[in-house]
Amino acid sequence: MEINLLKPGTRLKSAVCGAEIMIIKATDGDGLSCGGAAMGESPGKAEAASEKMHGCLIGKRYVNEADTVEVLCVKSGEGSLYYNEAELMTKDTKKLPSSD
Amino acid sequence: MNIALFLQMATDACPDRCALSHDGQNYTYKELFAASKRAAVKFSSADCKYVSLLDVSSPLVPVALMGAAMAGIPYVPINYRLSEEQIGALLERIDPAYLIIGANEGRYTFDNGVIQSSSDFMNDVFSGDDVEIDWHEDPAAVAVQLFTSGTTGTPKAATLRHEHLVSYILGTVEFMGAAEEDATLVSVPPYHIAAISAVMSNIYACRQIVLLPAFDPGEWLRLCIEHAVSSAFVVPTMLTRIIEELDQSIIDPRALTSLQSIAYGGGKMPVPVIERALRLFPHVNFTNAYGLTETSSTITLLDPDDHRAAIDHDDAAVHARLGSVGKSLPSVEIEIRDDQGKPVGPWEAGEIYVRGPQVSGEYEGRSVLDAHGWFPTRDAGYLDDHRYLYLSGRVDDVIVRGGENISPGEIEDLLHRHPAVADAAAVGMPSEEWGEVVALALVEASGQQVSEDEIRAYIREHLRSSRVPEVIHHTSELPYNETGKLLRRVVREWFQIERD
Repeated sequence: MEINLLKPGTRLKSAVCGAEIMIIKATDGDGLSCGGAAMGESPGKAEAASEKMHGCLIGKRYVNEADTVEVLCVKSGEGSLYYNEAELMTKDTKKLPSSD
Repeated sequence: MNIALFLQMATDACPDRCALSHDGQNYTYKELFAASKRAAVKFSSADCKYVSLLDVSSPLVPVALMGAAMAGIPYVPINYRLSEEQIGALLERIDPAYLIIGANEGRYTFDNGVIQSSSDFMNDVFSGDDVEIDWHEDPAAVAVQLFTSGTTGTPKAATLRHEHLVSYILGTVEFMGAAEEDATLVSVPPYHIAAISAVMSNIYACRQIVLLPAFDPGEWLRLCIEHAVSSAFVVPTMLTRIIEELDQSIIDPRALTSLQSIAYGGGKMPVPVIERALRLFPHVNFTNAYGLTETSSTITLLDPDDHRAAIDHDDAAVHARLGSVGKSLPSVEIEIRDDQGKPVGPWEAGEIYVRGPQVSGEYEGRSVLDAHGWFPTRDAGYLDDHRYLYLSGRVDDVIVRGGENISPGEIEDLLHRHPAVADAAAVGMPSEEWGEVVALALVEASGQQVSEDEIRAYIREHLRSSRVPEVIHHTSELPYNETGKLLRRVVREWFQIERD
């Protein structure tokens, strides 16, 4: 099976809400979904799966358990983010003092 | 991956929040975003290879940076303090460029590029219809090209790609981490890496930027109070002048109630100055940031807790950390290597090597990274047992006396603690006997006098005899550039002349 490898910087949109993400680590794009529907660069509208609508928040980074997938939410939405059916979690980052 | 994303996200999240204050005018994120898009359209239609700004700080700094990013054209701010000849030489290197030029910056011509005055450009981008622009998300595209300060010769053009700058910001700044009432005072000139990172990180944090185009300590304090400034970045010379101003003015440091944090960097901070500042502003969080243009700004931080521990602690090792630049960012690795390129252990001095996604280490397409991605900074220093980094100057400034390496920093740090010394610079001077010997330029503290014998005895007592200067030159002031870098080349020339 051919993998749809997405390069860092690629942007994907949700098919069920206004959410938008940017790929941080190169990822198999076919595995990414939001609100139960596959994400894409310009996806058609799809029906949301109500149990997958916990939302995603602009500015948060989302990762999978194995830390092989990392995306940045660049537009908030009502759908939540999944990779191969596992929900992505927000990445905890160490808070640094402002240096600029 | 494009730094324009930061402004787009800030505009999405808080369109009407004040992004920038300058000269009595406020600009929201929505306004900056709209202006940047109009700028991008102008740049795109002007068949140019670079976007350049030759002017003091203004709202055009974020607009030109973000507009160039959207247009996919490298942004190249130019140091307006250089001579006309030097500026002309740099402009030749970036022709054809879209050059935005301030009213007081002289007259320049291009063979192929476009030149527009800052005031005309301002009018064009801050009015008119909304435009839409699709930008490229190419991580490897060049975002910024900065000419290094050229303290040692012809300026080199450091290349920073979108991936470096985006890695730096995402790794260090929390999106919308600032409260609505927060404001930061930016007084570094636009051609400095600290100004580029200030624009990006404060936009991403959604923190209002208050611009002070020409640093003046009185004006800095006035703006702090007027805009209820909560944070600021200063270079060491600025902090020294702010403290001097407070000594002379009627402003009580406690009147600066809004001020929560001060970050400093861009040059070596004398320990007595930061000690004084910590006592003057007991409620302010101080952060020392060390970084280079080639590393997209900050790579190590000495955080506020480190500062407090150092000032409160009797333990000499902890107190000494005030002279350190702190620990590396989580995404940055640091290694010290000897002159054979071999890594050395704690407390051993050598050249500082750095690696991480924000490190470009590239000059106009020529990478100086080694096979494993390490960047030789040409800065000398050492790590302590807890991986705090200490700088001892540029590798090229090391004085080699009879085969022994002497770092000017150790002599200067010692002299900064002498009550009769205001400032000191140690440089190498050619010697037939030793190859090089130490020459010292010395500034006495006001109203103080100190004899050459006393200085030599003081150095002999605390350091090894090889550190004792052969020649001492008394002067009223040392030469610094406007961002606080000591111009050692100039100091060296003093001793050449004395010998001739």
